Amino acid sequence: MTVELLSANHSAATAATLAGRANRTGRGFGGGVYPITPQTECIELLCKQEFEKGHVVRVESEHSAMAVCMGFSQAGARSFTASSSNGLAYMVENVFAAGLYRLPIVMMAVNRTLGPPWNIWVDHGDTLLLRDSGWMQLYCEDNQEVLDSILLAYRLAEDPRVLLPAMVCQDAFVLSHTLMQTDVPSQEQVDGFLPPLDLPHRLTDRPVTVGGLDSPHGTEAHRKQHAEAMARVPAVYAECQDAFEEVFGRRPADRVVPYRMEDADVALVSMGTTAATVRVAVDRLREQGVRAGGVRVRMFRPFPERALAEALAGCERVGILDRDISLGHGGVLWSESRGAVPRDALLQGYVLGLGGGDIRPEHIESLFGDLRARDAAAEPEIVEVAG
Amino acid sequence: MTESLVDELAPCRARSEPILRPGNTNCGGCGMSIGLNMLSRAVGDTPIQMVIPACCGIVTAGAFPSSAYGAPVVASTFASSAAVATGLAHVARLNGERTRVVCWAGDGGTYDIGLATLSAAAERDEDILYICYDNEIYGNTGGQRSSATPLGAVTTTTPAGKSIGKKDILSILVAHRVPYAASVSLAHPEDALRKLRRGLDTRGFAFLHILSPCPTGWKSEPSEGIELIRLAIRSGLFPVVEFAGSGPPAVAVEPDFSREALARYFELQGRFGKAEIDLDEVAASIRDTWARLGRPMPPGDER
Ligand SMILES: Cc1ncc(C[n+]2csc(CCOP(=O)(O)OP(=O)(O)O)c2C)c(N)n1
Ligand code: SF4
Repeated sequence: MTVELLSANHSAATAATLAGRANRTGRGFGGGVYPITPQTECIELLCKQEFEKGHVVRVESEHSAMAVCMGFSQAGARSFTASSSNGLAYMVENVFAAGLYRLPIVMMAVNRTLGPPWNIWVDHGDTLLLRDSGWMQLYCEDNQEVLDSILLAYRLAEDPRVLLPAMVCQDAFVLSHTLMQTDVPSQEQVDGFLPPLDLPHRLTDRPVTVGGLDSPHGTEAHRKQHAEAMARVPAVYAECQDAFEEVFGRRPADRVVPYRMEDADVALVSMGTTAATVRVAVDRLREQGVRAGGVRVRMFRPFPERALAEALAGCERVGILDRDISLGHGGVLWSESRGAVPRDALLQGYVLGLGGGDIRPEHIESLFGDLRARDAAAEPEIVEVAG
Repeated sequence: MTESLVDELAPCRARSEPILRPGNTNCGGCGMSIGLNMLSRAVGDTPIQMVIPACCGIVTAGAFPSSAYGAPVVASTFASSAAVATGLAHVARLNGERTRVVCWAGDGGTYDIGLATLSAAAERDEDILYICYDNEIYGNTGGQRSSATPLGAVTTTTPAGKSIGKKDILSILVAHRVPYAASVSLAHPEDALRKLRRGLDTRGFAFLHILSPCPTGWKSEPSEGIELIRLAIRSGLFPVVEFAGSGPPAVAVEPDFSREALARYFELQGRFGKAEIDLDEVAASIRDTWARLGRPMPPGDER
């Protein structure tokens, strides 16, 4: 283990390289890559790496980037790509295909606003667009978490009880271009954590047609199996946390991360780096005697409804912070989280930080103030943060 | 660089299992069926993996869990066959396997939606054999026009006959300077087998263009597919050519530019019924095509 000063983009590329090399005793590593701000530095660093048994293919589009990953994965290799925003939107068809083929591909996604008009700053709407694609989704809070999550995602995705692709999401610029001291594990450690991939349904000489026509009942059965694999994720995730801690000496965060929630009567739920800002606001309010708390949803797919409900149990006022907007129905996190909020609690949705609008502790504090002062919940509110 | 291991026509290498097995759903008289049987003979004992995008060719397989293909197949998204094949081929090479990865795609997946993917794979000189069976129509979705549909052909989206001509896909691929590119005649088995083998044995990107009669879309008799190919070749409408390295193409089957063959070609297909096909206009376009191939027709050689 060495400590390096890395951006989240470079953390991701470093993790992918380590994971890729770890499969040199298996069928190798590869994927297709295509640049988009603010993901570019990740694939640039990946393209500089040497692989004993691996190739990074420089393709002509994100659609093909994912298609190349599918080819690598179908043939039994470990596969990685990265994208963001309109790149993810362009990739959608093949993101779904990778999910439906049950291929354990890992993709790093930098959360960026969808355009036009063009805006390169953070917004979670791009990956939330892919929530029904059959992929697991993890949202990160710092660069170390990005690196760790990519390694963890491979172990989770390749587990024979799971066999699902995984998306590791991180906030544009707030993480992608911000340097942090990051613990980089050794190749030996990663080799110990990630055994060679043995994909049970990889293409061999056996004459089968993978992904051809399916009947209505066949599709029902396949979707059910897919849903069951999703349902097994929480338990396998916990095992992966244990294994990770054993090898690397630190424990990856839970799927839902509560902060000072033990006795909280007012709480804000959020994802990504917003949660770190919420923590600062919670500390300030606690100093004033307010029993405030925060909850971070780290895993969005499968959605950790039960864990979220446990974290929010007993809370009287809950605000859901969305850095995305589902035009016509508030924010995505709000609509998904509602069932996990205690029945008698006041629940208010806030959409904020769209298009990279700055989210500071004082903004969060004022939302706590709004939430505490409310008589009743209203429609989700779009909070504009000037300047 | 083209490296061909088999240049002459060797006896058929036996394949334990045909690529196209009984129970497939192809229409009677489908050119694709003939093409797949030729491919089967050409492949012999070379291990192959196929990538087939959305098209009639994937319906051929039948529904899960059965497969009418006697080879492993990935059914890819419509635009992605060349990119999925790229991944498969890389892993085969990384593991020292001699598996040849073959894309089998319709004209829609080749000329239209998959063109950027195909172009990029050709530019990278990926180690794959890409075969386009060109039925000049979107067959799977019930017969809409593609950019391979010829001038005058009636499709469900060109009810009065298509007003523009066919895209020259072979020239597009040749412009990528791929190691091997050729058009294939299903009416000349020796030509088809030799080119399929050469495509299989090429190291790097190989492209084959097969004119594939489609009785359903062409509104022609299922028994007349081979005759239609012969007429298309004789009249010069479908040049059967081969590009390997630089220099002019080799012409495998010489046309005699017969006007009679040309007229017959149109007569035998109901899809040309609506539009007044101007044979002079078609002949001019044939002349242009051959001039571009560096093989100008002798003046007045339009019999
Ligand atoms: C992205 C996408 N758009 C549209 C379709 C619908 N579609 C399936 S096959 C097809 C046409 C295929 O035509 P072609 O490639 O010429 O092959 P053919 O069916 O004629 O054999 C279309 C439009 C699809 N599957 N995917
Ligand atoms: S529609 Fe045409 S290409 Fe498709 S199976 Fe029938 S004959 Fe063959």
